[in-house]
Amino acid sequence: MREINISEVVKTVSRLCVDANCNLGADMFRALDRAAAIEESPTGKDGIAQLKENAEIAIRDQVPICQDTGLAVIFAELGQEVRIVGGNLEEAINEGVRQGYLEGYLRKSACHPFTRANTGDNTPAIIHYSLVAGDALKLTVAPKGGGSENMSKVVMLKPADGIAGIKEQVVEWVRQAGGNPCPPTIVGVGIGGNFERSALLAKEALLREVGSVNPDSELQVLEDELMEAINNLGVGPQGLGGRVTSFAVHVKMQPCHIASLPLAINIQCHAARHKEAVL
Amino acid sequence: MENIIRLTPPLSEETVASLKSGDRVLITGTIYTGRDAAHKRLVDLLEKGEALPIPLKGEIIYFVGPTPAKPGKAIGSAGPTTSYRMDSYSPRLLAEGLKGMIGKGGRSLEVREAIKKHHGIYFAATGGAGALLAQRIKKAEVVAYEDLGPEAIRRIEVEDFPVVVINDIHGNDLYEQGVIPYKR
Repeated sequence: MREINISEVVKTVSRLCVDANCNLGADMFRALDRAAAIEESPTGKDGIAQLKENAEIAIRDQVPICQDTGLAVIFAELGQEVRIVGGNLEEAINEGVRQGYLEGYLRKSACHPFTRANTGDNTPAIIHYSLVAGDALKLTVAPKGGGSENMSKVVMLKPADGIAGIKEQVVEWVRQAGGNPCPPTIVGVGIGGNFERSALLAKEALLREVGSVNPDSELQVLEDELMEAINNLGVGPQGLGGRVTSFAVHVKMQPCHIASLPLAINIQCHAARHKEAVL
Repeated sequence: MENIIRLTPPLSEETVASLKSGDRVLITGTIYTGRDAAHKRLVDLLEKGEALPIPLKGEIIYFVGPTPAKPGKAIGSAGPTTSYRMDSYSPRLLAEGLKGMIGKGGRSLEVREAIKKHHGIYFAATGGAGALLAQRIKKAEVVAYEDLGPEAIRRIEVEDFPVVVINDIHGNDLYEQGVIPYKR
């Protein structure tokens, strides 16, 4: 068994929280450039230019891309040949979030659902564990803002609704979301599994590199068709009208119950923040 | 692109009446920040007939919860938050004399009616441009509800703060109208 000390986990999570919130990925810079090239609306072009300038300022000054530095969503893929030593893994991840959000001047956005009292340190983090082969621990920190997260949903379709029903739901949902999630967006779509798994699939879909091809060619066709329909809505950058409503649609799918067709839609704004490290 | 209008709050009736959906505006002067929890407290005070911690007459509220300021900076990243969450509170504040709101995203029919009735104005700033917009904020001071942390009410001094008029007193809505030419 390989041993990993929790102090390494704390340090890494803390660093990734700051890195993800200040440094937009290269794939998003390319996506902004592509969007600027095809956008026809002058207001839309201006909106995209502002987002690019904003991301450049964030990198230069090491300040958050967006004031909503999100709930800290963390994917922990733990190799089954690893033994965590020095303490509890979950506590270590939360301590990393605590330190990262304090030291990085990030906003603490976690609160009590009823009283709305802020927890003060952005914990608890939302942690998704998986046990995998090998002797490494992979940590992905993906801070998720409330504005785009609020424009998300799970719907249990009937098997008879099929692909046509899925498309109708996704496109109509993006239309209704309008300017709320700060378009252009990335639309994460989870199909299959069950109620909760579909939501996780949609979230995981957002982690894929923007501009990359879906490994499943059938899903790539669906993504292309959804992109075309979504960008024909005219919602445009900031919802003020234009050609580019979404940068990308990412679909993940797995088998579901014979009675069900679960569909989850998780919207992500341009601040598609995720950074990973392998310990 | 249209002419850019420059405004300094407090806003007069005449100024608000002259603004039209689609106008690009640069705001310079003092505005107040407030989002979900602060709005609830303000409306609760009004319900109880108690005094508010900030003036409302002619003022502008910016829906924002900034990140903490780094040393030497006035404020952290400070872009707009989604406005519909303030929809249940805004009509009451407009009735009390609030003139302007800055946020992003569409408003309810009730808010749009209240904007017409009380002669208010709803602006949008660029959502997701918090680092860029923070450069236009020169000073920030918490003036109420410090316990709310990022949701506390701050009095901020802005310079050439860029916004666009979404809803005007004539009932226009830039989100609805802007999409039409690009719909296929």
